Amino acid sequence: MSVLAHVPTGSGQSAPLPAARSGRYRLLPYLLLLPGAAWLFLFFAVPLFQLAAASLYDPSGSLSTGYALTWAFGNYPEALQAYWPQFTRSFLYAGIALVLALLMGYPLAYAIAQKAGRWKNLLLVCVIAPMFTSFLVRTLAWKTILSDNGALVGLLRDVHLLGADGRLLATPVAVVLGLTYNFLPFLVLPLYASLERLDHRLLEAASDLYASPVRAFRKVTLPLSMPGLVAGTLLFFIPASGDYINAELLGTPNEYMIGNVIDSAFLVRLDYPQGAALSFLLMAAILAVVFVYLRRAGTDEVL
Amino acid sequence: MTRISRWLADRWVMGVALLVLGYLFLPIAVVAGLSFNRPSSRLSYDFNEFTLDNWRQPCATSDMCEAVVRSVQIGFIATVAATVLGTLMAFALVRHRFRGRSGVNVLIFLPMATPELVMGTSLLALFVSGGVQLGFWTIVIAHVMFCVSFVVVTVKARLAGMDRRLEEAAMDLYANEWQTFRRITLPLVLPGIVAAALLAFSLSFDDFIITNFNSGTTVTFPMYVWGAAQRGIPPQVNVIGTAMFVIALLLVLASSLPGRRAKRPS
Amino acid sequence: MGHDAPAGDLRLANLTKRFGVFTAVDDLSLTIPQGSFFALLGASGCGKTTTLRMIAGLEEPTSGQVLLGDRDIARLRPYKRPVNTVFQSYALFPHLDIFENVAFGLRRRGIRSVGDQVERMLSLVQLDGYGRRRPAQLSGGQQQRVALARALINHPKVLLLDEPLGALDLKLRRQMQIELKRIQTEVGITFVHVTHDQEEAMTMADTVAVMNAGRIEQLGAPADMYEFPATAFVANFLGQSNLLAAEAAGAGGGEVAVSAHGGRFSVPAGRARADRGPVYLGVRPEKLHLVGSADQVPAGHQHVTGVVTDASYVGVSTQYLLRTGWGSELTVFVANSGAYGRLPVGTQAVAHWDPRHAFLLHREPGEHDRTTPVLDEPVGASS
Repeated sequence: MSVLAHVPTGSGQSAPLPAARSGRYRLLPYLLLLPGAAWLFLFFAVPLFQLAAASLYDPSGSLSTGYALTWAFGNYPEALQAYWPQFTRSFLYAGIALVLALLMGYPLAYAIAQKAGRWKNLLLVCVIAPMFTSFLVRTLAWKTILSDNGALVGLLRDVHLLGADGRLLATPVAVVLGLTYNFLPFLVLPLYASLERLDHRLLEAASDLYASPVRAFRKVTLPLSMPGLVAGTLLFFIPASGDYINAELLGTPNEYMIGNVIDSAFLVRLDYPQGAALSFLLMAAILAVVFVYLRRAGTDEVL
Repeated sequence: MTRISRWLADRWVMGVALLVLGYLFLPIAVVAGLSFNRPSSRLSYDFNEFTLDNWRQPCATSDMCEAVVRSVQIGFIATVAATVLGTLMAFALVRHRFRGRSGVNVLIFLPMATPELVMGTSLLALFVSGGVQLGFWTIVIAHVMFCVSFVVVTVKARLAGMDRRLEEAAMDLYANEWQTFRRITLPLVLPGIVAAALLAFSLSFDDFIITNFNSGTTVTFPMYVWGAAQRGIPPQVNVIGTAMFVIALLLVLASSLPGRRAKRPS
Repeated sequence: MGHDAPAGDLRLANLTKRFGVFTAVDDLSLTIPQGSFFALLGASGCGKTTTLRMIAGLEEPTSGQVLLGDRDIARLRPYKRPVNTVFQSYALFPHLDIFENVAFGLRRRGIRSVGDQVERMLSLVQLDGYGRRRPAQLSGGQQQRVALARALINHPKVLLLDEPLGALDLKLRRQMQIELKRIQTEVGITFVHVTHDQEEAMTMADTVAVMNAGRIEQLGAPADMYEFPATAFVANFLGQSNLLAAEAAGAGGGEVAVSAHGGRFSVPAGRARADRGPVYLGVRPEKLHLVGSADQVPAGHQHVTGVVTDASYVGVSTQYLLRTGWGSELTVFVANSGAYGRLPVGTQAVAHWDPRHAFLLHREPGEHDRTTPVLDEPVGASS
């Protein structure tokens, strides 16, 4: 029923309802949506406006004396000027971590999707399982692994990859490693989902048509896994660039990212206008990166 | 020669994958190991001496256990609320056509694409300007907010994959709308709802960033760990971390067991 | 529960269903006698499934009535109708075992002790002892029988079957066709069967309605329709026909004389749907015979001459294509009874037929010969 298969979804999406009843049922979707949508509106959308307003407060106010909305757009250039290094560092660290995560995550997702056979589900659980342990506890575990007295640092010193008093903890390396580790599963899962749908026969067809494995990968596997790759990189990059836990626990103030600054603006320095302005700048920067990325990924020239 | 290189070409991806999995599990192993550690000093993160004390007395530091209990309470309330709200929304989106659908979809998608930091700070801005006392319930409000979207997405996927003809068949077999929902729709969507609830609970239990901005003086487990990281971590934190891992793993394995039985041919 | 409604025929009166601007079912009227096995036959998108769904209550008619006896059920909810459906790909409840699937309708009607009835029904469809299995553990044919049992146990006034055998392989489908027919005879319930498979419809149904574009092209007993189709569509949808564009000169002396491509032919007046103006002269491929030359044509037979362009040996018969002088290719089925030798491609041959096997159909002016089979529809009434 090629024609009918499409047509009834218009009127027959919900169970067919006699005319007399449809009045009651027309309201039903709104009733179902109302509580959830209201919640999201009140506690997600409205706060964003509140944050926007806060970013334009008079910076000379304080929590105790109260703030006045003076449309102080100057908060933005001021905040940017003061914390420019933390901003660039956030995106630099998140970017490097993303590249590392792709190098590790793609083979992992591919192996689970295409090579694991009946072990597929078990391996998938293995990817998710580390997330069962608290994020913070896992990050603290890296402190032990990278510790100056640990086996890893000892080994690296022995093979002279690190100097005699070289360290890993409290360096940019530790922060990037932590970011890579913490958000890797977010990259792997969507990637797995799109690689799992990849028909293995397509690769056989490609090699039948004289494509080398590398060419087959570039021309078949990679383009077909694009949706998962795009989703995965975004799910990795957005939280990674806004993270401040890794920088705090594994780094020093020299490795602080923009998240650390926002955290202290709100909770330590109690400078709400500046914290709000920085939050918005972070969101704007992420949106810009995402937008540019999506536009480029949307075209075939990237491949 | 060629046989070896072929074998390698076939297996190297799997080899890399196992190495990466090792990388993912390394900290878990460390956490489990440290849960049996008697640290040399409060600020030391290195393994010192084997002991079972931490497991015998997980609540030796009582404020940590209070924090765990509080996290479980918050997680439970937030999970129930988010699961109900999200499931209703998923039904509306999959089963009904209505005006404003794309707007609702955007409202659901955005929280998942917004950095937690921004959600946390904006809620704080709202609560502060509204003069709301920060504490247990502001944390619950925040957790419900960021869990709802994940519930909607999870339940929606399950609902969309469900064959509409099953409900038609039920109606054809004398089940009215309510009976059809109760006997057919709900049991078939339930695994999706359960998965969504588990996801919501783990998101809530583990959340630090948003909670950090909206907790006031209330301490959840992640908040406790964060605070302790400055003062020195009690080894019992690793006991909780290990226990969470084991419990979650058992839950996952248990939920996959009946599935395997159903799939096995007679 | 509708069981007290007066027994009787199922009547569709001016039934119409529109989806937006698309008319799926167009002013359909027909009567299905109680206890009959009725088939709605048509290609994809012809409106047959929509018709079925309107009878089941899963689709609301835009206008018109669905009468069961003298009661209009067109606007009743599906669960208020004494009608049950065997769904395409069965729609068995995956979370319930076979017993509970079959018992579902009884339980919804508040019947407490269902055990005996379910067991009896399972043995009617030869699935004794399968009650505790899940649908996924059964084969396609077994699932099909569960779907049937699940519907039949409710003793509906009408049983609707939506392409019930579509998911089965050929051999199993044959088996189930015979079984369905046996069960229908046994329970005596009206069966309305929707299918796109003309062979399936002809094998099982007492009455077949051929649907096209939301309307019924022809309705009748399978053999009558096959032997004397009413329209060119039916002639080529039920089996295969050679339809030659011809001009009829009117009836006289019990026959209609026609001229086609320079030849003169005649057809008994009783086998003419039109006797004047543009017509199709139709002959079924198996009613054509092949001989080497015109002098071998038996007395009283009519013939055309051509060249064999293709000969496909298909076991029970050989299927020839014969290119006529004006370029059309006639299809000729010659039974492999051993009576004839095979004609190689390229030989000159004469196709002849008994005029009593030919028929005349209405033709729109300007329409040409229709001699090649409709490629995307099942062909094979020859076997």
